[in-house]
Amino acid sequence: MEVKFNETALKTANQIISRYPEGKQKSALIPLLHLAQAEFDGWLSVGVMDYVASLLVIQPIEVYEVASFYSMFNLKPVGKCLIEVCHTSSCWLRGAEDLIKHLEDKLKIKAGETTADGKFTLKRVECLGSCGTAPLMQVGAQYYENLNIDKVDAIIETLDKSGKRPTYFDKVDLESHK
Amino acid sequence: MSTKLLLKHDHISNLNLIEVYKQQGGYSSAEKAIKTLSAEAIVEEVKKSGLRGRGGAGFPTGMKWSFLAKPAGVPRYLVCNADESEPGTFKDRYLMERNPHLLIEGMICSSFALGANTSYIYIRGEYFYIVPILEKAIEEARASGLLGKNILGTDYNLEIYVQVGAGAYICGEETALLESLEGKRGNPRMKPPFPAVAGLWGCPTVVNNVETIASVVSIIENGGDEYAKLGVGKSTGTKLISASGHINKPGVYEVELGKVSVEEFVTSDEYCGGVWKGRKLKAVVAGGSSVPILPTALIYYTSDGKPRMISYESLGEGGFFTGTMLGSGGFIVMDETVNIAENLYTFNRFYHHESCGQCSPCREGTGWMEKITHSIINGHGKRSDIDLLLDLQSKIDGKTICPLGEAAAWPVASAIRHFRADFEKLIG
Ligand SMILES: Cc1cc2nc3c(=O)[nH]c(=O)nc-3n(C[C@H](O)[C@H](O)[C@H](O)COP(=O)(O)O)c2cc1C
Ligand code: SF4
Ligand code: FES
Repeated sequence: MEVKFNETALKTANQIISRYPEGKQKSALIPLLHLAQAEFDGWLSVGVMDYVASLLVIQPIEVYEVASFYSMFNLKPVGKCLIEVCHTSSCWLRGAEDLIKHLEDKLKIKAGETTADGKFTLKRVECLGSCGTAPLMQVGAQYYENLNIDKVDAIIETLDKSGKRPTYFDKVDLESHK
Repeated sequence: MSTKLLLKHDHISNLNLIEVYKQQGGYSSAEKAIKTLSAEAIVEEVKKSGLRGRGGAGFPTGMKWSFLAKPAGVPRYLVCNADESEPGTFKDRYLMERNPHLLIEGMICSSFALGANTSYIYIRGEYFYIVPILEKAIEEARASGLLGKNILGTDYNLEIYVQVGAGAYICGEETALLESLEGKRGNPRMKPPFPAVAGLWGCPTVVNNVETIASVVSIIENGGDEYAKLGVGKSTGTKLISASGHINKPGVYEVELGKVSVEEFVTSDEYCGGVWKGRKLKAVVAGGSSVPILPTALIYYTSDGKPRMISYESLGEGGFFTGTMLGSGGFIVMDETVNIAENLYTFNRFYHHESCGQCSPCREGTGWMEKITHSIINGHGKRSDIDLLLDLQSKIDGKTICPLGEAAAWPVASAIRHFRADFEKLIG
């Protein structure tokens, strides 16, 4: 299958590239990789990375070395919903490990794995900058904060029913942060 | 009640809308700066204010600005550091989400003072949802003639762009941030040259934290001298503290520096509201994960019995043996049930994960510290492991390209210094 952005994504990509001075278009790399990951099933295949390299007129290796450095880029396929749970100090102090254990039991996978039906991937992550509302998890752009077992169960149920793949570009419900 | 500058209007709803922000006097500083002040005069006011960088290092902002090289014909850049990844810190997020115009106004004033015509806000990728909030604020400001060409009818032009990262604590370090903004891995650069001389794309660049830039607005509004009247000694103005952990009221609080004691901050209902579940306080990490942890006795009182206040100097009193640092203001509270070695493991794992890998002491040392602490907390440790940890951290401290090495070492040294018994208990 040929890898190519659709018209809207290509327009966004070109807008991003135009933010930088002439000859500095490589600066668009990280924003474009985010866009590509959201457009192409939540991960970056070699084909997708090569396509981004061609858009920026840089060598593929310049894309691979960046994609592999940053933890938000997935270099292998992930489930439809990538659940990222913070396990650093402030969250650990307020029950992050219980939350992770509960998610592992509920989804019948270990952190780092994907469910057999391909619906969920569970990932441990470092401090998400939301330590005051610990414990929490991020799914796409949305932070789910001040979690307890009941809240998590309800969120998983909603995500399970929704046919959509959450992405970092989603509009989020800011009321939930209040 | 201590004076508030950054969160003064926090109770007002829809503050993210420019009309509402302007009703509170918003953008009057930008107008004053661009229409009535010279760039040099603003730098002078910022110097007078005594403002120190709020990103962690506390470097005087006015001095940093005056170091900016100004070769003719070369663009200069202002880059706002919104990477906020130091564990325990969430104040920049709070500010950007609720009051994006304060940051944009600060960016306009600061860019004008530095002679920058293009400025970037580099925001950590996890805060993706804040990008549209900032971009909307930028568009609203543009529609009001505050951004773009010929701002407020003058010959000053400015564009502000928001750039996302993609998950890497190290990109908060200013030279790694610039690498990342250039589309590369976040490997810190050797200094010198400093960014003030060769920063973004080799051009003179100032990197400042979100809170620092937002603080410039009230410095222009009331003058540097007025700002400097707040606070104590070299800790002028106000600081946002992110409070988390075992407290009744986690959240972001603004304190006037030097005016609130740590004990009051923990126990008062105005701030943390006391340790949760009626328990006793065991320890506090006062300035984000990188600063030394202190036990109750030393965080409430300095070793010569003075109440410890929230300021650069007071928290630093006693140096590394009995003191700590204000850092980013990430205030993590631990109750009496916590084993400090177990908490340390989460920090060790963090620094190992976040090391960029350029320097062997940091890359290898953080890995070993994580492994050894892991074995201790799982009951496989030996008594000699405690000294091995101390030895390892001392071999990182001061021997790396960037300060992440020290940031990883200090928590280990301080946890063992003050809580050795917790390690011994797990080893048996
Ligand atoms: C490992 C590391 C991580 C850092 N992370 C941040 C950060 O997330 N935000 C920030 O503003 N400064 C961070 N800093 C400090 C920056 O290098 C720099 O000093 C700061 O952005 C300067 O702005 P200021 O003077 O306004 O504080 C970090 C430094 C190091 C060594
Ligand atoms: S100290 Fe660590 S994070 Fe900093 S440059 Fe060296 S290896 Fe990278
Ligand atoms: S420690 Fe979990 S969000 Fe900061």
